[in-house]
Amino acid sequence: MTAATHGERRHPARAALLVLADGRFPAGGHAHSGGAEAAVKAGRITGAADLEEFCRGRLATTGLVAAALAAAAAAGVDPRALDDAADARTPSPALRATSRRLGRQLTRAARAVWPSPALEELAASRPRGAHHSVVLGLTAAAAGLDPLDAAHAAAHESVSGPATAVVRLLSLDPFHATAVLARLAPQTDRVARRAEEHALAARTGGTSALPAASAPLLDLFAEDHAAWPVRLFAS
Amino acid sequence: MHLDHAEGFPQRHTYSAPLRTRPDGRRRALRIGLGGPVGSGKTATVAALCRALRGELSIAVVTNDIYTREDAEFLLRNAVLPAERITAVETGACPHTAIRDDISANLEAVEDLEEAVGPLDLVLVESGGDNLTATFSKGLVDAQVFVIDVAGGDKVPRKGGPGVSTADLLVVNKTDLAPMVGADLGVMARDAAAQRGTLPVAFTSLTAPDGIAPVTAWVREQLAAWTAVPV
Amino acid sequence: MTAPPAVRGVRAAARIAAVPDGRGGTALPLLAGDGPLALRRTRSAPGWARVTVVGAMCAPLGGDRLALDAEVAAGARLLVGSAAATVALPGADGARATYDTNLTVGRNAELHWEPEPLIAAAGSDLAVTTRIRLTAGARLVLREIQVLGRAGEAPGHLTSRLTATLDGQPLLEQELALGPGEPGWDGPAVLGGRRAVGQLLLVAPEFIDAPPNVTRLSADRGDGVALVTPLAGPAVLVTALAADGLTVRHLLDRARPPLPGAA
Ligand SMILES: Nc1nc2c(ncn2[C@@H]2O[C@H](COP(=O)(O)OP(=O)(O)OP(=O)(O)O)[C@@H](O)[C@H]2O)c(=O)[nH]1
Ligand SMILES: [Mg+2]
Repeated sequence: MTAATHGERRHPARAALLVLADGRFPAGGHAHSGGAEAAVKAGRITGAADLEEFCRGRLATTGLVAAALAAAAAAGVDPRALDDAADARTPSPALRATSRRLGRQLTRAARAVWPSPALEELAASRPRGAHHSVVLGLTAAAAGLDPLDAAHAAAHESVSGPATAVVRLLSLDPFHATAVLARLAPQTDRVARRAEEHALAARTGGTSALPAASAPLLDLFAEDHAAWPVRLFAS
Repeated sequence: MHLDHAEGFPQRHTYSAPLRTRPDGRRRALRIGLGGPVGSGKTATVAALCRALRGELSIAVVTNDIYTREDAEFLLRNAVLPAERITAVETGACPHTAIRDDISANLEAVEDLEEAVGPLDLVLVESGGDNLTATFSKGLVDAQVFVIDVAGGDKVPRKGGPGVSTADLLVVNKTDLAPMVGADLGVMARDAAAQRGTLPVAFTSLTAPDGIAPVTAWVREQLAAWTAVPV
Repeated sequence: MTAPPAVRGVRAAARIAAVPDGRGGTALPLLAGDGPLALRRTRSAPGWARVTVVGAMCAPLGGDRLALDAEVAAGARLLVGSAAATVALPGADGARATYDTNLTVGRNAELHWEPEPLIAAAGSDLAVTTRIRLTAGARLVLREIQVLGRAGEAPGHLTSRLTATLDGQPLLEQELALGPGEPGWDGPAVLGGRRAVGQLLLVAPEFIDAPPNVTRLSADRGDGVALVTPLAGPAVLVTALAADGLTVRHLLDRARPPLPGAA
């Protein structure tokens, strides 16, 4: 086998990953700040340096968990068990609601873009919406992507959402915000690889093999934000 | 034992504007989008339409404020519709994205309303006040109204832009203010016709009794056409 | 080249079994501890058994492996506390210490597990694992407080994994990875510069129908916050963050919703 065909087998659908991870993918992400709106209001993000630390922490915690859930869904672990596992890893009711809402919105987009029976089954068993990371994993699989790709999409989204939001919230220089994402890229890759390892372990070891890294301030920001009467972002 | 799944909802998020029916096969509500610059009178138009039509139609409203809830709260305060018929969508500081490029949150809101208070005849989707380029996606609404006003002078129709030139109905509001700002309604009508060809234009003053009448008449026409098509 | 023989840390295990004594009380047919994990039965309210973990003061050192198991049989009621804070210290060879706790709570049994804080001293490296297996109808109060560094000291490295299942289904899965080398742990998404974190997990079947509201508290004095969150199952998690362990403890006490139907 030539290197080229080998490469092709390992990445049968790389362009599909770009479509899925594009910030313009119409699944509702643009209206969510990933906690950044509340962190800005609390004075904890005031510029690019704080944004980077915020994203670093989010990536290592909820980003890793989302990436592992997405990778596990793409690897064929029972999506309903993953949905329960996501609940157990999300103590904040506001974050559970947000995740299910985004899961529903992604389901809507995926149905039109990459229809799949697995997604239909999950949607039927979770009419109020399945957790976003699980839907993301099934969507990745439907797009011909592998578990590592799914993990990359989830990990990237865990930092690109807050970065885009902070550009709008603080009128941060977009070059600086994007440089933050570039500096986090090696960590994003590491998180995706770790997530994939966990996901493969969950195929035999069950969902308790998945990471559960938590971020107390993200829970706090989410609940604060959900209680505001007026806000720019949905979360 | 699961606390977050208390309510059982039927199968959803399956239909966007190109589909005329709900998952259960019934005809879904006609969806009309209202866009236009900040303060032109979109919410006033929505409120007046609801008052004029709520006796004969089952109506719900989705608002897309820039800073959420202002519009929804105005409608609530003025008891235009019961609270459960009004939903506010957050747009992440990008109102035009929410009605055009990524309509998923608005579709959720529309379908949630249909599930919660349906069946509905008419859903009005108000966009957050934006610029002259913001238009609604055909995946979200069946028809759109673009509301401008005379307060900024009579140049707006001449400037054109997708809202002014392609909306199914152009509303030029606050005609009562035309003398005060020296706006020439004749010029506006002429420029609008130049931009829009045969597409209709309505001149309104919502401070006048039944000032909404031309818009109400247009909505009735749309509804008649909508229900004339068998499902 | 042969590596020098690894310095073997202490291995200590302690086990508690609580069962109804048939007269409305709780008996402890098994109460076995050794080394740094000595157990004492102490005075308790009627119906309950109470156990205090003593002597855990200087453990765990790097390389130590400690394990604590408690099983509360259907209908029994057990309270477990500790006599003093546990301080994780660096070992001779920089090895990681582990501290595993396994708790099993049967139907209509109740366990209150409220040890004193765990302090990760500068240079220490400890992995704490707590596994809780609950049967439907079980009641639980579990408190854990973790402090990064002794007063005025740099933080140690601490990971803490908490797994709670109810009839085998996941109820809560949490993992905190704190201290040097953990990306973002000190930043605005995780602890925000605070050095102490605490959690209170409450489980009771009544929470299904009557979950408490989400509540947020600020510390009376100094910098600290607590958040009460109902979980997706019949349980509530209270999380507190503050500059020091005492403030965390006060916050947890203040924020703690009553355990419904508790004896
Ligand atoms: N004089 C006059 N005032 C009007 C008329 N229609 C609306 N207004 C006033 O114009 C102001 C803005 O109206 P809204 O309906 O809130 O405008 P909007 O387009 O919804 O504004 P945004 O949602 O903020 O973009 C309000 O004070 C209305 O009372 C009108 O026909 N004549
Ligand atoms: Mg308005």
